[in-house]
Amino acid sequence: MMTNAISNLAASPTSRRNFLRGSAAAAGALMIGTYVAFPKAKALAAGAAASAGGAPQPNAFIRIAPDNTVTVMIKHLDMGQGNTTGLATIVADELDADWSQIRTAFAPADAALYNNLAFGPVQGTGGSTAIANSWMQLRRAAAAAKEMMVAAAVFQWKVPASEIRVEKGVVRHPGTSRQATFGELAASAATLPVPQEPRLKDPKDWTYIGKHVSRVDSAAKTSGSAVYSLDIRRPGQLTALVAHAPLFGATVKSFDATAARNVAGVVDVVRIPTGIAVLARDTWSAMKGREALAVEWDDSAAEKRSSDAIMAEYKEIARRRGHVAANRGDAARALASAAKILEAEFEFPYLAHASMEPLNGTIARNPDGTIEVWAGCQFPTIEQAVVASIMGVTPDKVRLNTVWAGGSFGRRATPSADYLAEAATILKAIGGRAPVHLVWTREDDMQGGYYRPMVYHRIRAGLDAAGNPVAWEHGIVGKSIMMGSPFEAMMVNGVDPSTVEGVADTAYAIPNFHAQVHNAKEGVPVLWWRSVGHTHTAQAMEVFVDELARAAGKDPVAYRLALLKGAPRQAAVLRLAAEKAGWGQTMPRGRGQGVAVHKSFGTSVAMVADVTVEGSGLKVERIVAAVDCGIAVNPDVIRAQVEGSVGFALSSVLRNRITLRDGAVQEANFDAYEPTRMSEMPLVEVHIVPSTEAPTGIGEPGVPVLGPAIANAAFAATGKRLRSLPLDLAALRGA
Amino acid sequence: MITLTINGSARALDVDPDMPLLWAIRDHLDLTGTKYGCGIAQCGACTVHIDGQPVRACQTRVGDVGEGRITTIEGLQGRVAEAVQAAWRKLDVVQCGYCQSGQIMSAIGLLTDNPKPSDTDIDSAMDGNICRCGTYQRIRAAIHEAARSLA
Repeated sequence: MMTNAISNLAASPTSRRNFLRGSAAAAGALMIGTYVAFPKAKALAAGAAASAGGAPQPNAFIRIAPDNTVTVMIKHLDMGQGNTTGLATIVADELDADWSQIRTAFAPADAALYNNLAFGPVQGTGGSTAIANSWMQLRRAAAAAKEMMVAAAVFQWKVPASEIRVEKGVVRHPGTSRQATFGELAASAATLPVPQEPRLKDPKDWTYIGKHVSRVDSAAKTSGSAVYSLDIRRPGQLTALVAHAPLFGATVKSFDATAARNVAGVVDVVRIPTGIAVLARDTWSAMKGREALAVEWDDSAAEKRSSDAIMAEYKEIARRRGHVAANRGDAARALASAAKILEAEFEFPYLAHASMEPLNGTIARNPDGTIEVWAGCQFPTIEQAVVASIMGVTPDKVRLNTVWAGGSFGRRATPSADYLAEAATILKAIGGRAPVHLVWTREDDMQGGYYRPMVYHRIRAGLDAAGNPVAWEHGIVGKSIMMGSPFEAMMVNGVDPSTVEGVADTAYAIPNFHAQVHNAKEGVPVLWWRSVGHTHTAQAMEVFVDELARAAGKDPVAYRLALLKGAPRQAAVLRLAAEKAGWGQTMPRGRGQGVAVHKSFGTSVAMVADVTVEGSGLKVERIVAAVDCGIAVNPDVIRAQVEGSVGFALSSVLRNRITLRDGAVQEANFDAYEPTRMSEMPLVEVHIVPSTEAPTGIGEPGVPVLGPAIANAAFAATGKRLRSLPLDLAALRGA
Repeated sequence: MITLTINGSARALDVDPDMPLLWAIRDHLDLTGTKYGCGIAQCGACTVHIDGQPVRACQTRVGDVGEGRITTIEGLQGRVAEAVQAAWRKLDVVQCGYCQSGQIMSAIGLLTDNPKPSDTDIDSAMDGNICRCGTYQRIRAAIHEAARSLA
């Protein structure tokens, strides 16, 4: 157990929380859990989320031990996006620590200490906000901790603070040659008041921000020692698999577990609200036990339509009047007088997140009645509340242990905490007598719902005689992610912002613009999927703008730049990507370049795709990306996220779709829903725009532009316009 | 009882011989560095070595391993393994990291047979290992880097 010298906190979160509350109540000591408005940060702040955060909280985020290690408490889930490294970088720099003394630990659930400042009173990871919302919070916490150590040195050495230097974890007074490590000073520093307005470093003095540091997780993830929730092994734990209904909305009518109970290794079979759970001493026995179950399902209330039928209905709905998401000028009137009108429709399928680590979690009841959970917790305070309510305890009696997540892409961020709720119902059904290790197989994960919504877009645009867009009418049909969830409070006038983001807020200067949305109502669970609404809106906007440019007889880059005069950062990434990609060069037959630019989660990304088309085969040769995400905290992590976004999104551009036939999901595993493979990976070049603006997101913004850049490149190569995703590559044959 | 030779030790197991080696390793030997991804040999997350050759543990019956010497990510040793792991760390290949045990086991298999693989060699040796985070560009670079350091 690590002793925390700064705050003297015990390791148990429960006692820690009590301590924090106690110390907050004790005036004059460390200010913890008390929030006061502080002035909007000056030079580097953009965006309220980045500058909000209240009083500095060094003891919530930084633990300095006598052995001189500095542990940064990570309030976010790291599902691969590298935020752990980024958050530690911010602390290490502002604290003037040495990178080698930095450690990280995932924070417990605590909405007061660890809420996402972009979300409100909820601890959670999403919307590419981890670095952006923590930026000023961690800088201020670390700066305060450093000032406290300087103050401790002043007290001990009786020298002026102005003569003290802090470098690489060592506090020095050159005049008297005295020095002490953080570890040596921390106990004394912890007794001092927390400075309320610590001085932040000048960016020119940054030692780690914007430079290269190695990922904190590289060693553990290359030695097999990194622990994911599927690796949790509690004494006496039972592995649980659940037989889920084959249709969404179906329930158990009856079941016979006789044969299942006779399978060697099966310990128990219980009925839970989401199906029948088989508990066994290992995963294989649970699998065999589940196969031996006989379950009759009641599908009277189930969704039984096929995805084709649902899409056909969307097309009908699109003709009706919807909820207005944006309205400028008079699009209908401008269309009536336009010199040229273009129309297009775009279809998007359901998509599974298909993280490499299928959903799973472990839950146990401790002898004292508290509940403990081990999982890749993406919405900790929501998950804590859901588990508490199922187990009949108060949330403070539920301890969440967040571990590395083997991907998520949004799937672990269900407002209902679905899979952890299921684990809790199983634990409750067995009377809490053994830890429950719930495992979803790949098939369970892929067929269990919560997909990127199926979406339909229909656009009409009018050009004037010079080819400039004077009118744009845009209709979107899809199931709202927020409606019916606690996030519904974010909907305004029936518009779910996560359905229309990227359209309603387009930066293109189109004088007459109207966008409307219809919230479809099928019984298929939908959820955010890496870059959320931008997964489809960027495709619709950027392919259609490309069509307008072609119709106007203009260069697609120049045409966009003319429309982006009010969006200099988008224009800049577009220019940079075009320049680095050698835009405008003559390509050999069958090859083409396509471009797209889009802003999401505060970050502007442009991509130029180089493709080769041969028959119905399309090979993406190279992607040149330019990105402006504000100050680049870890440039190499940013490059990795953009490279990875290409690898992640490519298979959804080329082939992935979740299909319903009579309500049943057809794809079950990677054979039918095949992610990108090594041989398909294009060369990816990433160029980062230098910036002094506050950091914005990077986990998601690389995803939306890939599809339109490739579709536009396919057009350049063949003259055949592909709009919907996945791209209809068969249509390229003979083009 | 079945006896497996794994990472240099003999381990006796009381399991069904039909159990895939993957679940024996993970659930009965508590070696969790080898991952479950698909269970149908599509993703390579469960790749281990048997007598030095990469195999998919999800498709290998534990009763069929016999005298075969199993190596998992936890038991790696030797020049090639060290070079591969060092290259992965130098280039910060990992993102979520869940597939990387399998990627590393496949890469070691490739470099053991072919010390100087071309991009095409890498494609064919590594195409069975899915990385959903899309780290392929760095995996490729790390294999070349390891090959250089071994030359």
